[in-house]
Amino acid sequence: METKVIVGLGSCGIAAGAKKVYDKIAALREAEKLTFELKKTSCVGMCYREPLVEVIDESGSYLYGDITEDKAVEIIDKHINQNNPVKDYVVYTYLYDTPEKLYVTSQNKIVLRNCGYIDPESIEEYEAKSGYRALKKIAGSGMSRLDVIQTVLESGIRGRGGGGFPTGLKWKFANNNKASEKYIICNADEGDPGAFMDRSVLEGDPHSVLEGMIIGAYAIEATAGVIYCRAEYPLAIKRLNIAIRQARDKGYLGENILGIQGFSFDIYIKEGAGAFVCGEETALIASVEGQRGMPRKRPPFPAASGLWRKPTNINNVETFANIPWIIQHGGKEYAKFGTEKSKGTKVFALAGKVKHSGLVEVPMGMTIRDIIFKLGGGIKNDKRFKAVQMGGPSGGCIPEYLADTPIDYDSVNATGAIMGSGGMVVMDETTCMIDVAKFFLDFTQKESCGKCTFCRIGTKRMLEILTRITEGKGHEDDIGRLEDLSYQIKDSSLCGLGQTAPNPVLTTIRYFRDEYEAHISHKKCPAKVCKPLLTYEVDAEKCTGCTVCAKNCPSNCITGTRKEVHFIKQEACIKCGMCFTKCKFDAILVS
Amino acid sequence: MRIARIGAAKQETPNGNEDLTNLDHLIEKYKGKKGNLIPLLQGTQELFGYIPRAAFEKIATETGLNLSDMYGVATFYAQFRLNPVGKYIIKVCHGTACHVQNANAITEAIQESLNIKDGETTDDGLFTLESVACLGCCSLAPVMMIGDETYGKLTGAEAVKIIKNIMISENN
Repeated sequence: METKVIVGLGSCGIAAGAKKVYDKIAALREAEKLTFELKKTSCVGMCYREPLVEVIDESGSYLYGDITEDKAVEIIDKHINQNNPVKDYVVYTYLYDTPEKLYVTSQNKIVLRNCGYIDPESIEEYEAKSGYRALKKIAGSGMSRLDVIQTVLESGIRGRGGGGFPTGLKWKFANNNKASEKYIICNADEGDPGAFMDRSVLEGDPHSVLEGMIIGAYAIEATAGVIYCRAEYPLAIKRLNIAIRQARDKGYLGENILGIQGFSFDIYIKEGAGAFVCGEETALIASVEGQRGMPRKRPPFPAASGLWRKPTNINNVETFANIPWIIQHGGKEYAKFGTEKSKGTKVFALAGKVKHSGLVEVPMGMTIRDIIFKLGGGIKNDKRFKAVQMGGPSGGCIPEYLADTPIDYDSVNATGAIMGSGGMVVMDETTCMIDVAKFFLDFTQKESCGKCTFCRIGTKRMLEILTRITEGKGHEDDIGRLEDLSYQIKDSSLCGLGQTAPNPVLTTIRYFRDEYEAHISHKKCPAKVCKPLLTYEVDAEKCTGCTVCAKNCPSNCITGTRKEVHFIKQEACIKCGMCFTKCKFDAILVS
Repeated sequence: MRIARIGAAKQETPNGNEDLTNLDHLIEKYKGKKGNLIPLLQGTQELFGYIPRAAFEKIATETGLNLSDMYGVATFYAQFRLNPVGKYIIKVCHGTACHVQNANAITEAIQESLNIKDGETTDDGLFTLESVACLGCCSLAPVMMIGDETYGKLTGAEAVKIIKNIMISENN
């Protein structure tokens, strides 16, 4: 067989320099007239090892990580030309033990089955990996619409966008509403800061999403499909456009698809214009219609009256990517994964202060601790694990002592956080929980559409209170005031944004009340994040008298002559932290 | 609230300096189609880098869309700008992962170095600084994006150095 060299060109890989590596290998192959096949793929999920290059030869597959242009040259020279793999750079191979073995073998990939293995711009490669076989199964075996819905119901899959509503049930409702026009929408407006699984699926395996949508369209008799994708994901949009074109050429989209009489369906892309609230179904529909993305009252639910007042079904990217697998292998097979009430696998985006940030797909029910420590490799710089933020701005912070919580919809909800789309931002002892709560409130306050008073003004008031706490101006009754506001906002908002906006505050009060109290009563920030609460002092033993701090101090509050210990005048210090950043000798103490 | 993020349009020179005939093709493509408002605005911004006042008026006259609806939409979504932007837009990511890894330090360093605030453009028209919610490259946090290029694992000093390099190549 011909040796293959595959470079991972997802957004994160490209940002880490994979394009340069690819170009280098291509140039080398051209210049030296080498015979190996050079291919592209997308993100395999091991973002912390990007750029990744996989070499497949007769002996097996070798995944090289942290590749630079120089390392790529070395690999081509040794591995390709001399048939001698560069063991030092191999991060994973099934042939022998490697550093990332646990990361790869602890996962069960259904959604990410093809990500990082196929060229996302080639429909043939998707087909070679059983792609469009689920659709062919429906066409060939005469599976009725209700059979498809029944299979999805049996699988037990619940909406992966965060809501957790059973997908089969949603399809059933949409199927029950008869109309000449119906729509199916793929929600690819991944707005949660800290979640990037949908981007990876769209960039790495766009056909799996299209196939899922086509199957969904068949089940509910939809006539047109829309993918509502964030404009911030240009590569995903480009690859989706290519995939849609290819699917049309092959007859997976169009009239009487695969010979199913009367089943005509096409998909087009709508670029989102940047509004977090558009992740909410009715706001998303308003946005597709060209209006301001403001939610409206439900009922009527979109299944009865959605886009252009027609029955509409909306699912998330990850949900659709599961569908072909479910149809192909059967609902019962899918339901073998996961827990009693949360079936299947879930993709999590690990980020923050964790060693292995990237995408992992594991069966529901795995504990938070296993994900962070087994797959995630633990905390960066071996600091203490403090909390994990799940569910983005609608979610909450789960503290270390609840790390043995199994991850399924209901257990996560019980902690006060939500599963959300699966973002997991890990925090260590240097993260201030009030600062995190403030960060999310700042986000929801800016993103509130303004329709409901409590969401519009309430979040602003909460942000003001949090801001004054982090500035050391908190009032003794501020915690109670935050709680009051939280419940009022939750009760009086129309859509998910407002109903969940207080969650980051409520969970941090619940689990880290002592930190709030330290800020309010003692004017201290235990994590040393809130600058106005810190004191900067010079460590007399370490100070070399280099004068750098004094020169950079914007308020001229540092005194001292060259080669002598400097002194910070506390009453004039504006706590900007400049001396701490600039000191090369770690001689500024923060307390 | 969303509208607070966007400044009102500054006073422009009469009719702007933009060649509005470029819009004809765009208007032709979307005229009369339902749901055309956002694609029209996106197309306009693609052409000019922002949406000039005159473009709003031209589109309204030729497509029959309401000026108020268009302005409402343009001020609702984070993507749209009503003022000209610099040649390079520096997007500093302030997603959760970037935030806990000190994205603020990057914005602050750039603000200091270019002497502009968030959302402003340098006097030479070279750079616009923007804070964005999440670029989806969380594993490389903290991240900034200039043009199509993404830079990861930054410190404030590194971010400023990248910008200085662009300045140098622009001046040559």
